[in-house]
Amino acid sequence: MINRETGTFKRTYAEDLAIFRTPLPKIAIGVIALVVFVIVPWLGGSYWLGGLNLIGIASLGALGLNILVGYTGQISVGHAAFMSVGAYTAAVILREFPGTHWLFAMLGGGCAAALVGMFFGIPSLRIKGLYLAVSTLAAQLIIEWVINHWSWLSGGAQGSIYIQPPTFPWIENGELVVRKMDANLHYYYLIYTVLAVGIVFALNLFRSHLGRAFIAVRDRDIAAEIIGINIFRTKLVAFGIASFYAGITGVLYTYFYSIANFESFTLLVSIQFLAMCIIGGLGSILGSILGAIFITMLPIVLDFILRGVGGAVFGWDDAAASAIMPQWNLIMFGGLIMFFLVVEPDGLAKMWRNFTDYFRVWPFPYV
Amino acid sequence: MKHPRIATLALASAALAAAMAAGTASARELVLGFQCDRSGPTQLVGNFLCDGAHDYIRLANRNGMFGEGNSVRAFEIDHGYNVPRGVEAYERSKEAGHVSYGLYGTPHTYALTPKLTTDQVPGTSPGFGSAGAANGQSYPYVFPVAATYWSQAGAAVQFLMDEWEASGQSGLPKVAYLYYDNPAGREPLEILRDIQGRIGFEMREFAVPPPGVDMRPQVLDIVRNYKADWVINHTFGKAPAVSIKELSRLRFPMNRVIGFVWAASEADMQAAGWEAAEGYQALQFAGVGQNHKVIDQIKAMYAEEGKEAPDDKMAVSVYYNRGVFIGALHARAIANAIEAVGADNVTGDDVRKGFESISDFTLGGFMPPLNITPEDHEGGGWVQVWQVRDGAWVPITDWIQGYRDVIMEHVEKAEPPAG
Repeated sequence: MINRETGTFKRTYAEDLAIFRTPLPKIAIGVIALVVFVIVPWLGGSYWLGGLNLIGIASLGALGLNILVGYTGQISVGHAAFMSVGAYTAAVILREFPGTHWLFAMLGGGCAAALVGMFFGIPSLRIKGLYLAVSTLAAQLIIEWVINHWSWLSGGAQGSIYIQPPTFPWIENGELVVRKMDANLHYYYLIYTVLAVGIVFALNLFRSHLGRAFIAVRDRDIAAEIIGINIFRTKLVAFGIASFYAGITGVLYTYFYSIANFESFTLLVSIQFLAMCIIGGLGSILGSILGAIFITMLPIVLDFILRGVGGAVFGWDDAAASAIMPQWNLIMFGGLIMFFLVVEPDGLAKMWRNFTDYFRVWPFPYV
Repeated sequence: MKHPRIATLALASAALAAAMAAGTASARELVLGFQCDRSGPTQLVGNFLCDGAHDYIRLANRNGMFGEGNSVRAFEIDHGYNVPRGVEAYERSKEAGHVSYGLYGTPHTYALTPKLTTDQVPGTSPGFGSAGAANGQSYPYVFPVAATYWSQAGAAVQFLMDEWEASGQSGLPKVAYLYYDNPAGREPLEILRDIQGRIGFEMREFAVPPPGVDMRPQVLDIVRNYKADWVINHTFGKAPAVSIKELSRLRFPMNRVIGFVWAASEADMQAAGWEAAEGYQALQFAGVGQNHKVIDQIKAMYAEEGKEAPDDKMAVSVYYNRGVFIGALHARAIANAIEAVGADNVTGDDVRKGFESISDFTLGGFMPPLNITPEDHEGGGWVQVWQVRDGAWVPITDWIQGYRDVIMEHVEKAEPPAG
């Protein structure tokens, strides 16, 4: 069977290590890749691609935070600050060294964020849980303050740095030219390629020694130490990897908006990313993406629905819809978050798992 | 018998089709996209301001401002002060085919400036974004339209210098600049320091960290230690009310405090207490109160529609009127564009030109004598000083500018944003 383990034997080490053991997920991955990289950009209009770009960037950020919070069990409310480190590093590199390729600036942003993240991860050796959350809150505030006040770094009184959009090689009339990214479609490919790399890396991470160590530290740090895991190093690396993802996320925001602006990376944004992880499912890669879609799209989808319903049922005109809807939007947004967490405390990823588990043994109720 | 009937039918339907075609050709609904914060941290501004804009656009439609059969649809989307949602709102409004755009919020203005430029759609950023955007050559598609923080700084210093002279005191005043410690709060520093260097008055800067609900040490420093003669108050949110309370608690004369445009609403005075605020002065970029022809017209419109006027919204007139101001400028610019190229051909770029040809559009004193040009997207940087007298805002100057030459020097230096 294509979706069941029965009859699927592991005869080699390679088969034992495979991420997907049954044919169905492999086919599904192929189909998803086809949809994401061919069909959606082909059919999707500029508006939809713009929305998907925001989801893609948020997914990468949520994935990074989930590695830290969901897999390693270290709470962080400074994720947006690490994004701003990446954003400003890339912007400063592009400003000071104008010829630099944007890809190097992006990696530079990721690395700088990783270093800063590891520095602020040092307290995690001595404190856990809510105490650590407060210490990462300090990171958020300190980084915001630094960007706000070191104007030589953050571009004058406004604390913003405009950047040139990234470029890509393109064949025009049989000639190789360099084009600026100026359409949502261009950014779509950039963002989803980076996201794909991020997902593949994360999937593989948790098959490796390091990823298993993360999970061991999360589940019981003392036990992990006894079996020979260097807790301090593991926690710092977790902070580093999560912050690297955050940095790249910040760089993608910067490229997409053509500006690094710290007001896009406030404490509220950090909390939103934490919400994505919790609603999507802690310790789940799929959950990070579902959470990012949920938090990014829900207000927008509600806006669409309420506008339609309000117009059809209550006869709202534009002015009335604009005045009433945001209030309903807030109420329903909060209500739906509660609803989903009550129905499935382990998040949207768990809902998906329940669904697939059902088909795993279908037509039997259980095995 | 049969054929003539078919012929008549065909003729009639052809005539009908022609009439319909003609109808669609001459009537067009243009989309004015704008974003608002009605559910986020600045909802106490947004809910009043955006309603004002809607009401004016409706009024303009009723008055036939856009020519026979044409209308403007005000398409607003709430972003809750969240930047990705603001970007989405812009994209959706672009999908709806907007020809003009109203920005809301400083980070949104920054994030959307490159997109406005690429899409060639003019966006207004009254009271948000960067002061450098007044430079129309560097920022062709961004229109601050209202006095930027730089112009406010110039006007505030001009006003307090005039008052100082009028009071007959010798020497130059000691000025305290009390500001919110964020980019918007620091933006005027460049101008203040420059003017200070030129005329040589004494000035000290007092930063208040956000959210600015505690400024006892700063105010104590200003009043007791520095012994300032004048205070320039550039704070946001809850901070203006706190600053007024603290200054009045230490018996600092309120008629020697001048607030910038976001420290100037009825809500702030109410929070501080109108009595404590008695004598406080603030800059306004649109008329305050309900004694304006345009406000009467809006009320009359509600009456004609058989609806109740939103009195509670209109009562917060500082913000509501600013919304009317923004709506009026967009309406004027779109009307200019229709006049120039005809409703069917209007594009974002035409509306940009429409903005750039706004001159002496005052709505009967409700607005300053704005003159927006391709070089000056701020329209002159006019403000009016209003004072709290017996629990109400009263205008005490005409529309004024200050140190325009100094400000223009800085505006000319504003670099274009990359992109």
